[in-house]
Amino acid sequence: MKTGGIDIGSRYIKYVIVEDNYPVAFYREETSVKPLEVCKNLLKLYKPDKLLATGYGRHLLEIHEGIDTITEIKAVARGAREMYPYCRTVIDIGGQDTKVISLNEKGAVTGFEMNDKCAAGTGKFLEIMAKSLGFNVEDFGFRCRTQNSSITINSMCTVFAESEVISLVAKGVEKEDIAFAIHKSIINRVISLMKRIEIKDDVIFAGGCALNPCLKNLLEERLQRPVYIYEKPDMLTAFGAAIYANQRSSI
Amino acid sequence: MQKDYKAMWKELDMNLEAHDGLLGVLTDFYRNIYLSQKNRPDGMKYFDFVISEVHGLRIEEIIEAKKQGRKVIGTFCVYVPEELILAVDGVCIGLCAGAEVGFDEAEKYVPRNTCALIKAFMGFKLAGLCPYVQTTDLIVGETTCDGKKKAYELFDEITNGKMYVMEIPNKKGSDGKTLWTKEVKRFAEKLENLSGRKITLENLKHATKIVNEKRKALQRLSMLRAAEPSPISGLDALLINQVSFYDDPVRFTLKVNELCDELEKRIKQGYGVTEKGIPRILISGSPMAIPNWKLHAITESRGAIIVGEESCVGERNFSTLVDEDFTTIEDALNKISQRYMFINCACFTPNNERLTDIENLAKKLRADGIIHYAIQFCTPYMIEAFKVKKHSEKIGLPFLKIETDYSMEDMGQIKTRVEAFLELIDKGTRD
Repeated sequence: MKTGGIDIGSRYIKYVIVEDNYPVAFYREETSVKPLEVCKNLLKLYKPDKLLATGYGRHLLEIHEGIDTITEIKAVARGAREMYPYCRTVIDIGGQDTKVISLNEKGAVTGFEMNDKCAAGTGKFLEIMAKSLGFNVEDFGFRCRTQNSSITINSMCTVFAESEVISLVAKGVEKEDIAFAIHKSIINRVISLMKRIEIKDDVIFAGGCALNPCLKNLLEERLQRPVYIYEKPDMLTAFGAAIYANQRSSI
Repeated sequence: MQKDYKAMWKELDMNLEAHDGLLGVLTDFYRNIYLSQKNRPDGMKYFDFVISEVHGLRIEEIIEAKKQGRKVIGTFCVYVPEELILAVDGVCIGLCAGAEVGFDEAEKYVPRNTCALIKAFMGFKLAGLCPYVQTTDLIVGETTCDGKKKAYELFDEITNGKMYVMEIPNKKGSDGKTLWTKEVKRFAEKLENLSGRKITLENLKHATKIVNEKRKALQRLSMLRAAEPSPISGLDALLINQVSFYDDPVRFTLKVNELCDELEKRIKQGYGVTEKGIPRILISGSPMAIPNWKLHAITESRGAIIVGEESCVGERNFSTLVDEDFTTIEDALNKISQRYMFINCACFTPNNERLTDIENLAKKLRADGIIHYAIQFCTPYMIEAFKVKKHSEKIGLPFLKIETDYSMEDMGQIKTRVEAFLELIDKGTRD
């Protein structure tokens, strides 16, 4: 049996098909201003036996298409656990939310923390900062100069942080040094969320931001333990939903 | 069709155009959140009616009472002794503070980082949108937090000297109790001077009875929510608690008891407002002034039911009665003052009794989880959330902390948190 998970995020919609708990197809489209249309087009590409929706826009599919939903918290935990059987902690930096999740030994979610209602420490923050420095968000993490770490971005607020970046640029600070400071400020935010939960066993870093090597290195440095990343970290939530769809009876 | 109250509102010096807008929004909001609920008890019709006339018929009644020489006392807090107000035949009204209204006006006076409740009571007044505040002869504040305490100084200017502030002690020891008893007596004198009526043993007995009966009716409602499945939604119960602050207390008590009769029948038949087995949530924290229905609406729309509110708009308002067995005025004032010291507000330090209250309530109402609600910048509750979390863990109940304001911007994020929390509660139906 083939099952699908569709994750409607604030930046991208991800669609994963699973057969016998193994992913067989991945799709990704920009969410755009017409997410329902994007979803429908994605769902036309593959018709699974069962389907679950998750992510920020999950209710869109629930309301319009009658598709069952689970939260991205449960979905990403399920996906991480499927790939890493000893996973007890998940860090998910998404477009508009940063979440840290703790799991018990059976893999059930026992607690989670999320960022407050602002973009501080999220993928959106990274994107805006990359843009203000003239970098692509995709290679932002490769453009950090880690040797000179005396520069810091103090503001948690995206708007204020951006003006801090601009004033650093105006002072003639190298872009690569500012880039590193931005990455550090995001990790500071994530670490402060992690202090509120219990960190155990394998730590999995999920979400599109996990593709950023600088964030990964900083996380490992601060946590003093390895952080595992699935080869398609942005797909882990949709994958978890697809795995979970298998356990549900209805479509 | 509703009567036209425009002339009355104009007389009260309200902003008619903005007020029309507000009523329009509230009507839609009420229809979407309240009238769309399924299996509501018939007894809720009265409360629907009260809401539809919240700025109409009830204001007319109050104006009528004023014509008969009765004084109207506005309040913001459950520490203000309603018994004393009724003893001088006054009308006690909890003032509007639950919507994001007139914030731009309020922010001319207070910092942007002020809690939504404070900005709302100032905003309602400054934007000319609260008919209740316009009818008041006296507005009673209290020193429950720094924000309110300082805002009342400004509010006194805005209302041309209508403010009267009661000092709530910070600690529950004997010094605190002495201070509070003095404050209660000072308030009694103030009311006598304002109304020109004497507080007597008889009118104190009568007033205490009225308020106790109201509390008993609300206690009865609270107990009935312990049934599985609950016979009434959390949204409806919250509404009743909100209405308790401005409806006529005798009529209100009658209507709540009628509703409770109906709920008892439902329970006997095993009939609930939802199916059995869905997660039962206890809310704990900052008050939810009308029309702040945000967290209840989100939680109940995601397949859970709210079974109680450890809140000033909830249990803290009615869980203890005044001892009616008093023989002198002095004795009565002491007993009234004692009763109010049982309210375990986060303005006290320490306030560990609140944790016991939460534990007992969670047991009584058979809650499966606790959602701690704090209005953003409500520091006392935001900080106490830590202790509540630890205590929830100790008694083995899942815990979620929500910090929010009256805006709708974070609805999506709160929905995700609440839903994930409900998934985590897992009553054996999942995984």
